[in-house]
Amino acid sequence: MISFAVNGSTHNFDGDEDMPLLWFLREDAQLKGTKFGCGIAQCGACTVHVDGEAMRSCSIPVGSLNGARVTTIEGLAENGALHPVQRAWLEEDVPQCGYCQAGQIMAAAEFLQNYPEPTDHDIDDNITNLCRCGTYVRIRRAIHRAAQLMKAEG
Amino acid sequence: MAVFDLSPDRRTFLKVSAVGGGLMIFAPQLSGAKPAEAEGDGQIGLYVKINSDNSVIIGSPGSEIGQGTQTSLPMLVAEELDVDFAAVETELMPFLTGAGENGRPQQLAFTSGAGGSDAIWGSYDGARQAGAAARHLILRAAARRFDVPVAALSTEKGTVRHAASGRSLTYGELAADAARESLPEGELPLKERRDHTIIGKPQKHKDVRAIVTGEPRFGIDQDYPGALHAVIARSPYLDGRVRNVDDSAARAMPGVRHIVAIARPGPGENPALNNLAAGVAVVADSLWIAMKARDALRIDWAPGPVREDSRAEYAKAYEALKGRGQVVHEDGAFDRALDQAAQVVEAQYEVPLVSHSPLEPQNCIADIRGDCVTIIAPTQSPGRAARLVAEIAGVDPLSVEVRVVRCGGGFGRRLYQDPVVEAALISKAIGKPVKLQWSREDDMAHDFYRPGGIHHMIAGLDGNGRVTAWAHRLASHSRIFREADAAEGFWRSELVPDDFPGQLIPNYRMEYFYLPSAAPRGFWRAPISTSNAFAVQSFVDEVAAASGQDPLGLRLALLGDQMRDIRYDNHGGPNWNPGRMANVVKKAAAEAGWGENLPGGKGRGLAFHFTFGTYVAQIADVTVQSNGSFKVERVVAAADCGIPVNPNGIRAQMEGGVNDALSTALGQEITIRDGQVEQANFDTYDMMRIDRSVANVDMHIVESGGPVRGMGEPPVPPLAPAVTNALFNATGKRIRKLPIRDQLRS
Ligand code: FES
Ligand code: FES
Repeated sequence: MISFAVNGSTHNFDGDEDMPLLWFLREDAQLKGTKFGCGIAQCGACTVHVDGEAMRSCSIPVGSLNGARVTTIEGLAENGALHPVQRAWLEEDVPQCGYCQAGQIMAAAEFLQNYPEPTDHDIDDNITNLCRCGTYVRIRRAIHRAAQLMKAEG
Repeated sequence: MAVFDLSPDRRTFLKVSAVGGGLMIFAPQLSGAKPAEAEGDGQIGLYVKINSDNSVIIGSPGSEIGQGTQTSLPMLVAEELDVDFAAVETELMPFLTGAGENGRPQQLAFTSGAGGSDAIWGSYDGARQAGAAARHLILRAAARRFDVPVAALSTEKGTVRHAASGRSLTYGELAADAARESLPEGELPLKERRDHTIIGKPQKHKDVRAIVTGEPRFGIDQDYPGALHAVIARSPYLDGRVRNVDDSAARAMPGVRHIVAIARPGPGENPALNNLAAGVAVVADSLWIAMKARDALRIDWAPGPVREDSRAEYAKAYEALKGRGQVVHEDGAFDRALDQAAQVVEAQYEVPLVSHSPLEPQNCIADIRGDCVTIIAPTQSPGRAARLVAEIAGVDPLSVEVRVVRCGGGFGRRLYQDPVVEAALISKAIGKPVKLQWSREDDMAHDFYRPGGIHHMIAGLDGNGRVTAWAHRLASHSRIFREADAAEGFWRSELVPDDFPGQLIPNYRMEYFYLPSAAPRGFWRAPISTSNAFAVQSFVDEVAAASGQDPLGLRLALLGDQMRDIRYDNHGGPNWNPGRMANVVKKAAAEAGWGENLPGGKGRGLAFHFTFGTYVAQIADVTVQSNGSFKVERVVAAADCGIPVNPNGIRAQMEGGVNDALSTALGQEITIRDGQVEQANFDTYDMMRIDRSVANVDMHIVESGGPVRGMGEPPVPPLAPAVTNALFNATGKRIRKLPIRDQLRS
């Protein structure tokens, strides 16, 4: 039996431990915000936080998660208040088709923990999620804006 | 299934209904230019609903694939309705069956799904009329309540005011009454452009909150009661077949319910299904079990009739280009003009097949049980989906309900209905609802690739550097495939004789050679244009360099600065105006500082293209390192898409289009070897990440008074040649083959 928390609620899992976390989230837990784009840790559409670290859920077997804390896009807002990264995404009006954006936001949220005042270079080196619609101009702007919001709010 | 009575009010083209104490107005399918792939049998274009609680909901048609029409179409309605756009809710209209004229059932399709950057273009007048009609009815209801003439009333953001008495009522308070008023005959007067308060003002996209909070809006997010999960092992060989399958291990896995063979239609058999790959479907209780069981299938695949090797086919095409092709267009006398030319310039450009790779892999829910048929699909073409499914299910197309859901990218891929057909075939075979999910590998190996080709360009110049002769000789995969009788017409999806510089050079020839491939081909964001703009705009630069002219100066000389309409016999026509293009080019040049001296290692390149009625020029600035690596630092863009309905959306499309096109130009290529597509996933198909993206897209909207046109596709074609022209400017090395990859390093 594997036991882990998703957005604060505990899940006990006794199914196929090889199943990627992505499918547990989407199919078992019915949390559809985490997206499937490639299945091989290339695109980042499936990015979630595992114990605070951004990870690609398509490539994490559920069996490896005993005791882990998983946060998905649905759990990023706290007490109904959007995370500063989500607000920055709204202010910069980032999404086009929107499919990659949950993963982009999850990646950016963790990145800003490590780089609270990021340079463009830091973004280039650390943000590796794909966006077929090419919204990178606004993703970059929104990351900078989120950094400002987080700083202003302490 | 919802069935509306849609018999329109005979005196107008709109239908007014009372719905739940509110007012609802349906506008018919909106007229306007339609792309070749448009669906013609629709009836509702959009609807506007004003509820008694004063909320306003605008349902707009077609598919949201990221081009922003779920925001821009409602803006048109809201402008004339006079409501606060920030408070308007928008919804994707379902694709429904309804009662048409005389109460007969009728399929209600919408403009065209999404294709040809047409959504805005086709709807501009009709959507505004719908808004004006709703406002008119509200005003009449208010006039009756207040017992004053309509002329004594005014509206402001959802409220009707009677200035003389100081009275006011909200639209919501008037909505029920308004539904009983009638519309005047003919069209209502609309606002002048200068009086617009919503159109032309940047508006944020409507669904962003749902996206950033992870709401389940996409096709892949949908569930259906009782649906089993299906995945398909498809032939890795183009045109391949299943020779033998051992499914014993798969069947033995708990949770596996059905194994269904999908046959490849034979030549000439049902052309609507001509793209379907042979395969074996696994249907299981969960997606994960289905995926594991697919891996457990042992399938012996028979290769297709041709063991295609795309390098060898390209090599043959280079040979063929030495001979004579099919002359598809000739103005003047090209051969003679070339003989008499003082200078001849020649170059060849190569472009690859490329994949759509929308980030959401294909998927579809199908429920085909008896006469009741439901499809839930992220599709750009619900009408075609309904027709094909009706055929498979053997039911009246009117009884097919297609629920269109948000698409995780389209780019043309979702005009094709193969996932819908597969899901329908499986559901029919097992008699249960099913959700079909493709993997990325499925999506990349079974796409409708953008055709690749080799462009051989020849120009003749007179002693003054004037271009007197021009030939565009193209060997390409046609977008038309598996249609045996189409040979003479293969070129039609590949060359546009009226494209620049057609009609601007007296002796002008287009010649076509067919480059065979078994790979399915299809519409890919700005079809035809992405390849041709690369060849034409690169070659203009080469001609300028060879004859010692400024690349901007030569372009402006060819365009002329006169405002004049010339023929454009293709989508986006019937005319185009080289003078409008010259203005757009000049705007970009002025903003970019064209003509400045640049420091070493830097280069600047220009390109423009007219697509689907929209004029776009781009100027790319690059920095090249001594090792040949480079970065696009800035793209200055100017666009004239007529009335700029949502400048925020237009900027977004330019920023995204530039980066999507850069991504394609830098590294994307589909190759075929031993009859199989070689690329499988994003580890072998190079999609650009943020590190190589252009952060600075400096966009300038040129409003010249032209009619409203789309922006979904036009930003893409000029980008690749703008970049390669800039690389030439920086290094003197000409990139004649896409993708660029590391050609500067060699
Ligand atoms: S789906 Fe996990 S990285 Fe692409
Ligand atoms: S917004 Fe469409 S893939 Fe990123």
